Amino acid sequence: MASISLKNVVKRYGNGKSVNQVIHGLSAEIGDGEFVVVVGPSGCGKSTLLRMVAGLEEISEGQIIIGNRVVNDLEPSERDIAMVFQNYALYPHMSVFDNMAYGLKIAKVPAAEIRARVDKAAAILQLGQFLERKPRQLSGGQRQRVAMGRAIVRQPQVFLFDEPLSNLDAKLRAHTRLEIQKLHRELGITSLFVTHDQVEAMTLAQRMIVMNDGVMEQFGTPEEVYARPATTFVATFIGSPPMNLLKNAPGADAGTIVGIRPEHLDITADGWALVVDAIETLGAERLVYGRWAHGSGDELMTIRCEENVPVPTLGSTIHVTPRADRLHYFDAATGKRK
Amino acid sequence: MEKRVVFRSSWLPWALIAPQVVVITLFFFWPAAQALVQSLQQSDAFGTSVEWVGFENFVNLWNDATYLASFYTTAVFSVSVAVVGLTLSLLLAVFADRVVKGALAYRTLLIWPYAVAPAVAGVLWLFMFAPSVGVVSYTLRKLGFEWNHLLNGNHAMTLVVMAAVWKQISYNFLFFLAGLQSIPKSLIEAAAIDGARPWRRFWTIVFPMLSPTTFFLLVINIVYAFFDTFAIIDSATQGGPGKDTVILVYKVYYDGFKAMDLGGSAAQSVILMVIVVALTVIQFRFVEKKVNY
Repeated sequence: MASISLKNVVKRYGNGKSVNQVIHGLSAEIGDGEFVVVVGPSGCGKSTLLRMVAGLEEISEGQIIIGNRVVNDLEPSERDIAMVFQNYALYPHMSVFDNMAYGLKIAKVPAAEIRARVDKAAAILQLGQFLERKPRQLSGGQRQRVAMGRAIVRQPQVFLFDEPLSNLDAKLRAHTRLEIQKLHRELGITSLFVTHDQVEAMTLAQRMIVMNDGVMEQFGTPEEVYARPATTFVATFIGSPPMNLLKNAPGADAGTIVGIRPEHLDITADGWALVVDAIETLGAERLVYGRWAHGSGDELMTIRCEENVPVPTLGSTIHVTPRADRLHYFDAATGKRK
Repeated sequence: MEKRVVFRSSWLPWALIAPQVVVITLFFFWPAAQALVQSLQQSDAFGTSVEWVGFENFVNLWNDATYLASFYTTAVFSVSVAVVGLTLSLLLAVFADRVVKGALAYRTLLIWPYAVAPAVAGVLWLFMFAPSVGVVSYTLRKLGFEWNHLLNGNHAMTLVVMAAVWKQISYNFLFFLAGLQSIPKSLIEAAAIDGARPWRRFWTIVFPMLSPTTFFLLVINIVYAFFDTFAIIDSATQGGPGKDTVILVYKVYYDGFKAMDLGGSAAQSVILMVIVVALTVIQFRFVEKKVNY
């Protein structure tokens, strides 16, 4: 097992005039045995970052250290990592057993030990009865487990996951999330998990890195990221529906954006007056979309109501009050938390 | 389930395939039927007297040492063409797959030979290797190697194999390149993480995944060497020296149009036809069952 440290990591493609920099000096320390999720919208550089740790992309600048070795110039095979790909990347012409044993055979592990390790991994992942099958004879969920099995048998220092759940249906995804958590508790291997899905990030992460445009916006526990978003980007990216950002809130200085999450707005007898634009019923809760017309222009807001709150009628005016301790203040120019 | 479109009208589908049927009938079924009939006949050189002889033509072939020798020549020729051609084109495709700069120009150049007519290909190589005036034979002589495909049967065979391979390399290359590009990059990356070096990755991942392509090309190349290389042989060696490069299809032509043994020639073409059918059946059987993973 090992820690991972990223020191001022830069990635750029091309050279000369057509340089395209996709990661701008990212630094982070991931502890031994920690489960860290990298989350961000598509194109933010999160997969590139993971592939640099794996050794599939060159590191343009900075250092990546796994354990106590600088791995910049090491081949993927020398980094003692295992990776689960988004499309699983199973070898289609090999049986499940051979897929899992491939790396061990190359490492010249004795046949008996290969058998033992594959059987153990297969037992953990409930793949025992499928060992002789070919990948095409398996369902999506089973293939995903084979991909994890292939990573587990190698007993690496670090697991890398590249959106491994995005090809599963919603139900299986929720189930597999729990399985991955359980696996991590049992094996305790340092893991780096990339996803664009903030629910996945919140539920899996011990700590999460929120990325946008090749920059790390925040690195913290899910609770910290949710309760104290470092930037307006994080505030709107994490949490669904996103945090309301008010550019012209009363009582705030100019140049300050006030943020309030939809669940921290209560419908009250008086307060901010909103015209109800739309209502979405989600079962246990209801989302009310309101427009607040005041001096300097309209502000759009979402309010999340419990099902016991009376339903406002469309077009009517309601009054909401934010919970004072749940207000967030951001600098309008930089987007940073104040 | 595959969804099928069904024609309501009974004559429309027939009308739609009619042009194709006419072409095939005119240029394939009719001549093939003619060959079948002729293979059971014996006629004189001027076609004035025709006699039914049953299977005598086939029996004669069976007893003809030069025909059996031609089988051997064809086997050597087609196996060489297929093996050398596939190996070289796979090698080129692997390199082309890695090229980043100027990839298009590189590929276009590799595809060019396919546009050259077989007879021209034969003549090109003939010029280069002509014992008295060819640049290559001149160079070989400088290096102390006496090249003369007019006298040496092995040299002649090498020459036609080179010409035939060169002509077919583009076709193989295209299929191999397409095959290589359809292998997901992540498979190669997964193998790299699993610790496989490039050489091992190629043999354990890439090559097995190319197996349907390879098998398809193997059959196509053998069929090509059997039938489409007539013009190359005719322009480069005319089957010589002696009978050293007389492959089956060249013997059909030689016996029929030079030796004027029309019945014997027709019998040979019937045998060739059976071989093609057999090859095609084998290909479909295999491609659909064994080689697919």
